Amino acid sequence: MIGGLFIYNHKGEVLISRVYRDDIGRNAVDAFRVNVIHARQQVRSPVTNIARTSFFHVKRSNIWLAVVTKQNVNAAMVFEFLYKMCDVMTSYFGKISEENIKNNFVLIYELLDEILDFGYPQNSETGALKTFITQQGIKGQHQTKEEQSQITSQVTGQIGWRREGIKYRRNEIFLDVLESVNLLMSPQGQVLSAHVSGRVVMKSYLSGMPECKFGMNDKIVIDKAGKGGVTNEAGKSTSGKQSIAIDDCTFNQCVRLSKFDSERSISFIPPDGEYELMRYRTTKDIILPFRVIPLVREVGRTKLEVKVVIKSNFKPSLLAQKIEVRIPTPLNTSGVQVICMKGKAKYKASENAIVWKIKRMAGMKESQISAEIELLPTNDKKKWARPPISMNFEVPFAPSGLKVRYLKVFESKLNYSDHDVIKWVRYIGRSGIYETRC
Amino acid sequence: MTDSKYFTTTKKGEIFELKAELNSDKKEKKKEAVKKVIASMTVGKDVSALFPDVVNCMQTDNLELKKLVYLYLMNYAKSQPDMAIMAVNTFVKDCEDANPLIRALAVRTMGCIRVDKITEYLCEPLRKCLKDEDPYVRKTAAVCVAKLHDINAQLVEDQGFLDTLKDLISDSNPMVVANAVAALSEIAESHPNSNLLDLNPQSINKLLTALNECTEWGQIFILDCLANYTPRDDRESQSICERVTPRLSHANSAVVLSAVKVLMKFMEMLPKDLDYYGTLLKKLAPPLVTLLSAEPELQYVALRNINLIVQKRPEILKHEMKVFFVKYNDPIYVKLEKLDIMIRLASQANIAQVLAELKEYATEVDVDFVRKAVRAIGRCAIKVEQSAERCVSTLLDLIQTKVNYVVQEAIVVIKDIFRKYPNKYESVIATLCENLDSLDEPEARAAMIWIVGEYAERIDNADELLESFLEGFHDESTQVQLQLLTAIVKLFLKKPTETQELVQQVLSLATQDSDNPDLRDRGYIYWRLLSTDPVAAKEVVLAEKPLISEETDLIEPTLLEELICHIGTLASVYHKPPSAFVEGSRGVMHKRLPARTGSGESTESPDVGTAAGGSAPEAAPSIIPSQGDLLGDLLNLDMAPPTTSGPPPPTTGMQMGGMDLLGGGLDSLLGGDLGGSPAMGAGFGAAPAVMPASLNAPVGGGLGDLFDLGGGVGMPMGAYIPPKIVWLPAMKAKGLEISGTFARRAGVIQMELILTNKAMSIMTDFAIQFNRNSFGLAPAGPLQVLTPLGPNQTIEVSLPLSTVGPVMKMDPLNNLQVAVKNNIDVFYFSCQYPISMLFVEDGKMERQVFLATWKDIPNDNESQFQIKDCHLNSDAASSKLQGSNIFTIAKRTVEGQDMLYMSIKLSNGIWVLAELRVQAGNPNYTMTTIRRSGS
Repeated sequence: MIGGLFIYNHKGEVLISRVYRDDIGRNAVDAFRVNVIHARQQVRSPVTNIARTSFFHVKRSNIWLAVVTKQNVNAAMVFEFLYKMCDVMTSYFGKISEENIKNNFVLIYELLDEILDFGYPQNSETGALKTFITQQGIKGQHQTKEEQSQITSQVTGQIGWRREGIKYRRNEIFLDVLESVNLLMSPQGQVLSAHVSGRVVMKSYLSGMPECKFGMNDKIVIDKAGKGGVTNEAGKSTSGKQSIAIDDCTFNQCVRLSKFDSERSISFIPPDGEYELMRYRTTKDIILPFRVIPLVREVGRTKLEVKVVIKSNFKPSLLAQKIEVRIPTPLNTSGVQVICMKGKAKYKASENAIVWKIKRMAGMKESQISAEIELLPTNDKKKWARPPISMNFEVPFAPSGLKVRYLKVFESKLNYSDHDVIKWVRYIGRSGIYETRC
Repeated sequence: MTDSKYFTTTKKGEIFELKAELNSDKKEKKKEAVKKVIASMTVGKDVSALFPDVVNCMQTDNLELKKLVYLYLMNYAKSQPDMAIMAVNTFVKDCEDANPLIRALAVRTMGCIRVDKITEYLCEPLRKCLKDEDPYVRKTAAVCVAKLHDINAQLVEDQGFLDTLKDLISDSNPMVVANAVAALSEIAESHPNSNLLDLNPQSINKLLTALNECTEWGQIFILDCLANYTPRDDRESQSICERVTPRLSHANSAVVLSAVKVLMKFMEMLPKDLDYYGTLLKKLAPPLVTLLSAEPELQYVALRNINLIVQKRPEILKHEMKVFFVKYNDPIYVKLEKLDIMIRLASQANIAQVLAELKEYATEVDVDFVRKAVRAIGRCAIKVEQSAERCVSTLLDLIQTKVNYVVQEAIVVIKDIFRKYPNKYESVIATLCENLDSLDEPEARAAMIWIVGEYAERIDNADELLESFLEGFHDESTQVQLQLLTAIVKLFLKKPTETQELVQQVLSLATQDSDNPDLRDRGYIYWRLLSTDPVAAKEVVLAEKPLISEETDLIEPTLLEELICHIGTLASVYHKPPSAFVEGSRGVMHKRLPARTGSGESTESPDVGTAAGGSAPEAAPSIIPSQGDLLGDLLNLDMAPPTTSGPPPPTTGMQMGGMDLLGGGLDSLLGGDLGGSPAMGAGFGAAPAVMPASLNAPVGGGLGDLFDLGGGVGMPMGAYIPPKIVWLPAMKAKGLEISGTFARRAGVIQMELILTNKAMSIMTDFAIQFNRNSFGLAPAGPLQVLTPLGPNQTIEVSLPLSTVGPVMKMDPLNNLQVAVKNNIDVFYFSCQYPISMLFVEDGKMERQVFLATWKDIPNDNESQFQIKDCHLNSDAASSKLQGSNIFTIAKRTVEGQDMLYMSIKLSNGIWVLAELRVQAGNPNYTMTTIRRSGS
């Protein structure tokens, strides 16, 4: 299991060091600093073995978090734990920075004592932790006996993510379908790979211990209903279009996985506040909101001509926002002239790219940029690698075609029903890695 | 309030000041001081001198202060054991506190203080906490048992904490269950043979129930523990798989990977034609692909694991090539791993896409990545024949870029392509030669020289080219020197007239001026060859080379199997067994995949099932009577009867290899599948025959034994019979002792039993039954014990056996589980029968058939081993073996060696052909066996 956890600043100074196992000595702290943080070459692996001791690390801004062990631990678990640790710290004191860590070191030690025991991760749900570990010192000294047992039963219980007795005057639930659409396209416009990775993020402000059921236009569910149900052929043909094939999905730990496996229904008791209900991935019938058509021409050895056309491919009534096209330029660029029809374009020498920004763009439109790039002659034999043209944008629909069909809330003990709950649904599609090779 | 100020004190006399502050009366000041102490401790300053002062602050009702003091204690208690005792009272008191959080805190901290005296005091509070009413305290106490075990294992056993821990597996709270499982798993690791984690269908059921309810971390502990279980049969395996598959949708990647591990392992037991098997395969792909959208570090772990999974079961991800395409912004470690998997998945169906990608990668910036991409193109050419041409032209394009390292890498892989497809792409040699000057890496230079030498007759100026390399001969690396030597010799053999001077030059450079023994030796060999027999030299040096195989970088199968059992862990990331990077005994146990078994409505004892299944990975493998030993037996060489635990096998690795091979072989034995599996033959080869020292007995004695054989028992056939041994000791069977052996008499297999009544009462009503076994052995009649067996009476019975009973693969292959019933109870035991019992009388093959068959059987089915210290001549051996139905078909004498060709037929129709090489005067025989399945 995890033998110890260290946090370093960018210089390699230790900010936090907590050792859980006897086989880890103080020299491990230095070994990591010398061999990884101060290593001459770029780090080639997030797992390093130094003298039969294994180090796992992740970096958040310029802070290094390292886990050390001498055993054959579950590597996936260690990284999941490190991410979780970062989440917990962020939710306690915001950004992970040297200053914040130093300011909260007592708190961090306390958290480390609670969420790792002998190197075994324990409950790491912030909601539960905050009931008894706070920045203002530990609660628990003036708690009543009931409060204490409530805490312990939540920390260890089946529903560790929610406490009893939550009350809201207005029962409200916000549901965001956030998708990032990823594309890799060849210069000829052939889709090399495309997928949508989506998340359903909820903010729930519900009283009591509500039982929720979430439904979407999942092909498997709709086909099943279509087959056995009353809907006849007409219904079938429409449902065929409206449903989407989900390649795979993963759920927050509140979702009953066995129920999903057997009935494909998503039922859960939600955590309070904001959380990610599910993640999913689709690869079929993706709506690619933009198409990028590049044209790069080398004119002699010292000049490049670039022309890039972007076409929006969605309903004309919708508006895409925050559009940014990034056209890489060679390292030996000496000057750039840009002309664009819409938006603003600038050559950014420090980033080796032309950045073209458009605030808004409606569907079924097209726009164009052309640039002349002047190059310094070099002796470098190696050709320019031509990194792909990348794009950023935001659109108000789900590129996967996912639709929320229902979200039902049942709370039998309290007197509010599904109808009393105010529900908000929003779809946002963003660019993930959206690249066109040129 | 900011705490960063605590880090800034660096004044001299700081310790002194802190001491004063710690002893201050004001609570706030005390707390501040302790915080400063902890900050100093963090940055590595030695503040152990403050020990008594800090411990004095422990008795406080301020929980925050208390936690800080505990943190200090955990760090320094070991260096100040005597003073640490001062803290004991507070701990013991805290363990009784009304607040469960404080009780847990005390027991948690106490377990981290590795001081003997403190651990003694820990026992009582721990015992209470293990039974605490609050689950939070219980889950903390469960982990504390593991801590205590790490400090003092004996104490934990003596105090009976292990049993309490086992009880916690049935706790009502899922987190307590999870922590108990984690603690037990860890303790069990350091006691490989203890049956601590007594996994049986009931406890597995409990774990599977807890799995649905506990935290993500708890799910990981439970899944990792489940992976150590070996189900009894395919039905149990399937039902566990069904309950584990929902975990594949968990958001935590570690849960997913651990579930994949369980499924990959248990899948081994499912029959491939089962519908569910196909469903499961399909269910595995999507979650694996999803792992690739996790954070980069997790992607890396996932990719290393996928690399293993793709090697074990390529069918899972064969359609998912695209997801492994490299993204421009992927970290380099992700890129390299993706590339590796792409090559593994490359096939005729997707090769065009793959090549287009690889060509793209070859223009990237990172040198390592580009090199690997170029190398990958070469591997594609070798793997997918149809693409070879396109690969070669892609490589030529890349050479045109003149990027130095790309050119060098391309030349290295083109050499391999020549070796795979000789006389096909030599037209490109001219282009390669153009780049001769730019090569500065040894590997590329050596590859180029090899090409020039190999195709010297087609390169006009080959002598000039090689001569140019010769100038700096001494500065070259050994690799290049060796290659140059060989290439020039080849050139000389092809064009002797013009190159005599050159070859002499290189030979003298290699033999006289070099101090590298390899180079010198090779030089001398060539020199002598050339001077004594140029024709022979030509035959040797220019001999046709074997084609290189397509997959050279696959992980060796037994290691792969072990790594599959470690999916998700560090071992799977390093692609090394845990023993390679873990110190001490912990976690170095070799794991292996379960073998496939039929579903048994176990007619036999339930405890046989659990004993075999319960802790198979942990249990020290019992000695397998290997086939090698067996043939030794037939020649009456091995004095150790197969069922006693003989000398230990040389290495566990070997042992497992043998088992796996036998396991693999059995599938084909059962299914009558003639495929390429190395079944029996491999079994022969894999088992090293371990000879006891007593074999060095005088020759006369040994021969005497041989001729004595069978005389006492009066066997007509003279087949080898192992001596009787005790199968069932009286202690285990309420006074009934059974010893016995197996014999083959007049074509009938007999189980010869001696029943002894060592109890005080009379035994009657004997009956016997066998479990299903590998060769379908079953009693042909009832057990003939007609008279009651009185106290201290002994009876010998002989039970005829048939081979038409139900078949189930056993491990080891020749294991037989037996149940004996009498008026008192039913008793179970297992024994092992010599394979030779199954050799049938009509095992003599026709000479012609033998000859044809011998040639027909693929080499894969062949294996070889040595029989040592057998002082028999070939005729005597032949007649001796004939007694055991091993028939000599032909005999041939080549250069003083007698070659005996023999055939054996097993009761289930499998033929084994063997060649026994006997050299006069040499007591060591060489045996080559090959196998063919029956009609």
